[in-house]
Amino acid sequence: MATLDLINVQKSFGQTKILHDISISLADGEFLVLVGPSGCGKSTLMNIIAGLEEPSGGELKLDGRDITPLAPADRNISMVFQSYALYPNMTVAKNIEFPLAMRKVEKSKRAERVQSVAKLLQIEHLLERKPRQLSGGQRQRVAIGRALAREPRLYLFDEPLSNLDAQLRLDMRTEIKKLHQRLGATIVYVTHDQIEAMTLATRIAVMKGGVLQQLGTPYEVYNRPANTFVAGFMGSPRMNLIKARLVQEGSGLALEIQNATRPPLRIGLPDMPSAMNAHIGAEVIAGIRAEAVNLAGPGMTPAKTERAFDARVEVIEPTGADTLAVLDLSGNEFTVRLEPDVTLKPGQDARFFVDLAKLVCFDVKTEKLIA
Amino acid sequence: MAERLSTGFRADRIFLYAVLLCLAFLFLMPVYVMVVNSVKPLDEIRSGNLMALPIAWTIEPWLTAWSTAQIGVQPTGLKPYFVNSFLLVVPAVVISTLIGALNGYILTQFKFRGSHLMFAAMLFSVFIPFQIVLIPMAKTLGVLGLAGTVKGLVFVNVVYGIGFTTLFFRNYYAAFPLELVRSARMDGADFFGVLLRILLPSSGPIIVVTVIWQFTNIWNEFLFGASFSDYSSFPITVALNNLVNSSTGVKEYNVHFAGAFIAAVPTLIVYLVSGKYFVRGLMAGSVKG
Repeated sequence: MATLDLINVQKSFGQTKILHDISISLADGEFLVLVGPSGCGKSTLMNIIAGLEEPSGGELKLDGRDITPLAPADRNISMVFQSYALYPNMTVAKNIEFPLAMRKVEKSKRAERVQSVAKLLQIEHLLERKPRQLSGGQRQRVAIGRALAREPRLYLFDEPLSNLDAQLRLDMRTEIKKLHQRLGATIVYVTHDQIEAMTLATRIAVMKGGVLQQLGTPYEVYNRPANTFVAGFMGSPRMNLIKARLVQEGSGLALEIQNATRPPLRIGLPDMPSAMNAHIGAEVIAGIRAEAVNLAGPGMTPAKTERAFDARVEVIEPTGADTLAVLDLSGNEFTVRLEPDVTLKPGQDARFFVDLAKLVCFDVKTEKLIA
Repeated sequence: MAERLSTGFRADRIFLYAVLLCLAFLFLMPVYVMVVNSVKPLDEIRSGNLMALPIAWTIEPWLTAWSTAQIGVQPTGLKPYFVNSFLLVVPAVVISTLIGALNGYILTQFKFRGSHLMFAAMLFSVFIPFQIVLIPMAKTLGVLGLAGTVKGLVFVNVVYGIGFTTLFFRNYYAAFPLELVRSARMDGADFFGVLLRILLPSSGPIIVVTVIWQFTNIWNEFLFGASFSDYSSFPITVALNNLVNSSTGVKEYNVHFAGAFIAAVPTLIVYLVSGKYFVRGLMAGSVKG
């Protein structure tokens, strides 16, 4: 396995910049997920790593060796494509064997390798079939098998699960994760699905408009999003982003949610980073995850980082595992994740506790995290 | 109501079949005349009706046309020219098809400056009338030392066929999944590896179309054959023309009919064997399959 370094990688088509100055360093055995909305440049970046497209600038290093000028075949990188890209004229066995045959690996060794890969992925009974005789999940396994066969130093996955139905997607996601844990392989994985990104990655690179928005562990990206785009993109339901005025309250700080018709709602804050002090008196965007809120039961008192507030319930969405409620928080829509068996009704007023330990605030102008 | 619908439907059907039968009759009539008169003695043709069945059946005209009719200097029949046509058609079809596949591959899988212009230029060659190239081609064949040989005719027909074969393969490969080719490249297939192992094995329908198209065109081609070959290298079309137009002696119509039929047999066989692929292949690529 290998380390991968992207150094100031850029790509433009004529005047249009597709990728702006992307630098990412991957340690051996990392699982990097490139995630972002369509058109964010994640697939282009993957194609550049694969060697299928040339960067307009920058360098790629695999194990410290410059691979920028190398052809795709000479990089020792395997790729699993979104459409699986199985060769329709070859059997499953021939498909898996193909990269080995192209590298002139000895015949007996090839057969051995095909067998061991097939065993690993439990597709031994499919070896003599043609791709068109396989289901979507089986094709996916064969495509992964073909990538494994030649034991490359780096694996690329280009939205490998997006052609599968929902149940199968979950199963294959788990399998890919298991595979990563078993092989300890270095993997770069492209998806537009933020849940896939969260579950699989050791690190996530969130991209938008060809710009790397944030590179971090799933925990960092989820809890300390670098800007409002990342905050809104990662997580379902989205992070609540509410404009509020930052004010001094005693020795601490407080947020004041303004409303034209009602008196402002003031919520005192726990200890915040000192960078916040520069924004006193100004508006900030407060980011609060849905799960930071709980319904206040009778006689309950808020914990140290919790604050109480009252709000009207507008919509109730039970999902089974928990119940989402959309609240009217002083004129703002505010989604909260509650216990599955709450008995709230739309239109009802209730008291909630919000845990501000994970509160993040963003600059109104730059939309960047204040930290 | 249901009854009216069904009678209306039946009337449509009757009309349809009537039209189809008329057309079939129209197309089959000349074939019938050819076959019937090719198995009649010459006397019966002169004295009798062209449409009538023979009174005394004979296969003599076929044997004459095949092996003893006077076409060149020797009374050899059509046989050596039939062989010439095969020696011309087989390499010409194979070479032009392979070049077409190679061109289609390059034009679709490699984005290079001027690729569209190059394809347009190749497409344009399809519209150049044969007559325009006769004199430059004669000069070219002379320089290459191929004038008056079967090889020369192979060259001419390959050059002329490339426009068509390129068009066929380019359009077929334009609809070919890009990821397959990318995957093969990452798996280590080189330039020809991608073509030979990935593209060609998946090109069955378009290969059939191209082969039928090229085979019938080159087999039936007359002008180049008449212009660039001599007695040793005439293709069958030119030999048939010479057979029919020989100015000495009586016109042996029965032999002419038999000869014409012999000349048409290979293309007929090709159509009968692979006609369904032709229709299927022409549709292939237009709709994602």
